[in-house]
Amino acid sequence: MNTGDTAFVLISAALVMLMTPGLALFYGGMVRNKNVLGTIMHSFILLGIITLEWVLWGYSMSFGPDHGGIIGGLNWFGLNSVGMDPSADYGSTIPHMAFMIFQCMFAILTPALITGAFAERLKFTSFLLFAVLWATLVYNPLCHWVWGVGGWIGSMGALDFAGGTVVHISSGVSALAAALIIGKRLGYGSTAYIPHNLPMTITGAALLWFGWFGFNAGSALACNGLAASAFVVTHIASAVAALSWMFMEWLHRGKPTTLGAASGAVAGLVAITPGSGFVGPMSAIIIGGLGGAICYGGVLLKSRLGYDDSLDVVAIHGLGGTWGALATGLFASTRINPDGANGLFFGNPGQLWIQFVSVIATMVFAFVMTIIILKLIDLVMGLRVTEEEEVKGMDICLHNETGYSY
Amino acid sequence: MKKIEAIIKPFKLDDVKDGLSSLGVKGLTITEVKGFGRQRGHKEVYRGAEYQVDFISKIKVEIVLESELVADAVKVIQEKAHTGEIGDGKVFILSVEEVIRIRTGETGKDAI
Repeated sequence: MNTGDTAFVLISAALVMLMTPGLALFYGGMVRNKNVLGTIMHSFILLGIITLEWVLWGYSMSFGPDHGGIIGGLNWFGLNSVGMDPSADYGSTIPHMAFMIFQCMFAILTPALITGAFAERLKFTSFLLFAVLWATLVYNPLCHWVWGVGGWIGSMGALDFAGGTVVHISSGVSALAAALIIGKRLGYGSTAYIPHNLPMTITGAALLWFGWFGFNAGSALACNGLAASAFVVTHIASAVAALSWMFMEWLHRGKPTTLGAASGAVAGLVAITPGSGFVGPMSAIIIGGLGGAICYGGVLLKSRLGYDDSLDVVAIHGLGGTWGALATGLFASTRINPDGANGLFFGNPGQLWIQFVSVIATMVFAFVMTIIILKLIDLVMGLRVTEEEEVKGMDICLHNETGYSY
Repeated sequence: MKKIEAIIKPFKLDDVKDGLSSLGVKGLTITEVKGFGRQRGHKEVYRGAEYQVDFISKIKVEIVLESELVADAVKVIQEKAHTGEIGDGKVFILSVEEVIRIRTGETGKDAI
């Protein structure tokens, strides 16, 4: 046991916790003022729901003793035998509980990311059920595949330092499925869904950027050089992506926007996540720069394809995560992390193929499962609020509150 | 007695107010309003998507004054609110039947 490592991982867990309310503000500012509370609630209440799910069965399903590379057993139900001593497999210098709570914050954030896709129209009861089912049937298996000892994607040699596949591709692809199944907001195409509070969105982006240091550097699970390296490349990618999105939009639409800078920063954070423990600073510049540009392109694609992903989860997390996972297969270097592998540009083209397989597997699994879950919920209780409720807004209709009283 | 309702560009409010004050107009009421005329709306861009915003913010100035002052007041508003660009606004003149000061009960010219 190492006290420095333990302190670092606990603080990192707290940093990642802050990302979820940060995301609530990031999303909350982008919706119309009648839906600000409903949107914030979608993220915030997951701190409640998923914590309970994680403690009861989620952690055990994700990291418990392996069954055929597919799922962890329920041996650790209710954190049974997850104690103050280090586990054999996860973070050998920190208490098992520290690893568990660090991972808990990831499990909370991931479904929160999806909520941007169905903002402004989902019933709250349906949302609660979706959160529990998605965490149990999509997140936990995926998490096991990639990070659980014995999980088939991890065993294949796929590199995902902090969650490119598990967190970002899974949420991005599920967001696409959700946008398709739940359908467009009322007035799509004729109503302008203009963000009601961009300073709130930018505050949220800043909190995300801050918390992401815990997300990526903390994934080293030790207070060491690798953590510092992950911290640095995370910051570089975010900085460069903020610039690249801003310049892209400036060239394309004539003005540099604050929403563009904030979105770019988040896109860069997404893109660097899988490779953060495997790539160097110059690679981070390329990953961030292209990440911002690719995600901006993805946002434009949305209106071409005609699905209503309210807050661009598909473009930023789906595309950004995919680029990041593939980029890891290009830029990974064992000089940064001897426990990792080399990528294509460091003499190992096979890694790119492994990354590609992990991306496709994640996409197919998350997409299909999300469709099944949503269809099921639709059958049992319906998905959308009534048209009248949608016009009045979620805040007053679902929560009996308004965000602002002037 | 007449009432003047002028829709003007918000940034011209101070000039219009000062101009009317120096003319001897003793009181005015303003409201922040939204609307469109020939200028139509404007465009806003969020994440690369252009949105047409139909209603533009304007200020509505309302003043009630003696009929003989109306021509001068309109001239002042026209001068002070003028930029020469489309969207400078409009002035409406309405007849007022009666004015009553709540505190004293005075009516007509004395109440203005």
